[in-house]
Amino acid sequence: MVLNSWREYEKEIADDRYYYARSCIRQNFFPGSETTFLRIMRQLGKDVYDDPRHTSCTGIGYHTDIVPLDTTMAVVARQFALMTEAGYENMAISCITSFGLYTEILETWHEFPETEQRARENLFKATGREFRKPKNIAHTSDIVFHNREAIRQMAVRDLKGLKVVEHIGCHYAKIFPKSGIGGSEFPYVLAGMVEAWGGQVVDYPERRHCCGFGFRNYLVKANRGFSIANSRKKLESMKPYKPDFMVANCPGCAMFLDKWQYALAEMENTTYGADGRGIPVLTYEEMAGLVLGYDPWEMGMQMHQVDVEPLLDKLGVDYDPAAKFLGRAGKYIGAPKPAGVNSFEGDRIYRIKN
Amino acid sequence: MYFELLTKDIRLREGLKACMNCGVCTGVCPSAEFYDYDPRQIVCIVQSRDDEQIEQLLKSDRLWYCGECMSCRPRCPRGNTPGYIIQALRTLSQQLGFFTESEKGRQQLAIKRVIGHHILEKGYCITPRLVAPAMHPEQGPVWDWAVGNDTDFWTKFSPNYRGAGAGALREIDSDAIAEINRIFEVTGGKDFFDTIEAASDRKARQMGFDGADESYVNHTYTFNSGNHGA
Ligand code: SF4
Ligand code: SF4
Repeated sequence: MVLNSWREYEKEIADDRYYYARSCIRQNFFPGSETTFLRIMRQLGKDVYDDPRHTSCTGIGYHTDIVPLDTTMAVVARQFALMTEAGYENMAISCITSFGLYTEILETWHEFPETEQRARENLFKATGREFRKPKNIAHTSDIVFHNREAIRQMAVRDLKGLKVVEHIGCHYAKIFPKSGIGGSEFPYVLAGMVEAWGGQVVDYPERRHCCGFGFRNYLVKANRGFSIANSRKKLESMKPYKPDFMVANCPGCAMFLDKWQYALAEMENTTYGADGRGIPVLTYEEMAGLVLGYDPWEMGMQMHQVDVEPLLDKLGVDYDPAAKFLGRAGKYIGAPKPAGVNSFEGDRIYRIKN
Repeated sequence: MYFELLTKDIRLREGLKACMNCGVCTGVCPSAEFYDYDPRQIVCIVQSRDDEQIEQLLKSDRLWYCGECMSCRPRCPRGNTPGYIIQALRTLSQQLGFFTESEKGRQQLAIKRVIGHHILEKGYCITPRLVAPAMHPEQGPVWDWAVGNDTDFWTKFSPNYRGAGAGALREIDSDAIAEINRIFEVTGGKDFFDTIEAASDRKARQMGFDGADESYVNHTYTFNSGNHGA
């Protein structure tokens, strides 16, 4: 039986002419993914405007409760003003926290019009700017999903034979299920890409569980136990299904599911991959880029703590192992120290004994 | 009194209809998984409108366990959002200075100093050098390597890294930064920061620190009494 419940939550995704709202978290942890998104859009012949003037939406500050709602609304209103001034009507949003916040703010303005009025007044008073609301807002994973068939047609390889765990950022659809493809219970935005490109999506018990970011629960050092414990719960739950890789649409989730595997290997000598090593965690831009034949190091996949080479080998990617350690203009920048999460269990026991 | 103050916050109005105490929110909550925490109980206390209990909540660690994932929102059979109610409570707790009465609440100062200042100074919530490997051992050797080579590393993907122009982690120009700062002034964001500072300074002195200095911030950022577990 094919589950089609996701079709109850289809949404309109603009086809072209996007104003790009970058993500603080993605720029930090996956800068190559944003570059890759723009490259994919160029290959598809789409117009994406990358504006030097836009800033953080304050999302991390808002969800750690240090930034008041009125302030966040006016900052988001400023992004809308920049979009309006640039002559665009469709927002392509790279961050899940931002995407959730933009969606929430537009809904709030709709339900409580006095809050929109206040945001307009505040923005004008502070900056002299005015704005039109976007006609369409989409997360950048929505846009890749929207183009999944076109990408398949340009693909140089597929994901056949690979089992994939998809992880959807909580704020993609849990705040407003109608804002996400497939809603909060049957999110299809990543599963749709995986299926279109020939992979097999793994269903497992904790598929909907939060990655464990929890804002203040990671940012403050004393609280990080919350974060690693929740990532661990997901990893334990997916392990028996032997996934070949994970893919996430939230930059934070991708980073935590990657980095906490490193920490768990160090703390508990536990790894979650079927080969005894960690499970690689990809962004959807990287997954699409691999299908399109982009070079993994050009996409920044050397940023992953869990090595991606075993996956590249399974996919038959022809990569230069040494080019991983080259920075700008081909300069060799050394190699990171080795980590237990990237070695086989036998190696780890040996390493610990020594 | 506290309930009336809370209803000024649209998130409370949006988040609290009528709770039937079913506990579905608690069942899906990642914080309930880890902490001695029960969002159902929070909703129940607010719904009771009992000033004494709400005040206790505003001063307690319990208010600060939620991760604002909003997993509770689509699942509540009565259309409540415990996460929104918690956001409204946290805002009030800071406005009234009650947040300094709990270990987890006091952490607001560290978050304000790190993330808040970064937004006002750089226009980003975070940038690579802020995630210092010494404070973030869990980020592992690859992060250490990337940050240690940050210019050579990030410019590979973004030629304007820490420079003018468009692209990832470009330097946001002074006009844009000035606009963000004015927005914070006009909308009460700066006042809110000052309120966090003033209450923290009072509390720090009570606790024997020399005001809300770096050692107090460090204390709030790293101290864990170990009394939070489920
Ligand atoms: S808030 Fe909703 S889910 Fe939670 S106890 Fe009340 S009715 Fe149940
Ligand atoms: S928003 Fe808070 S209360 Fe709701 S599920 Fe997430 S952590 Fe729990």
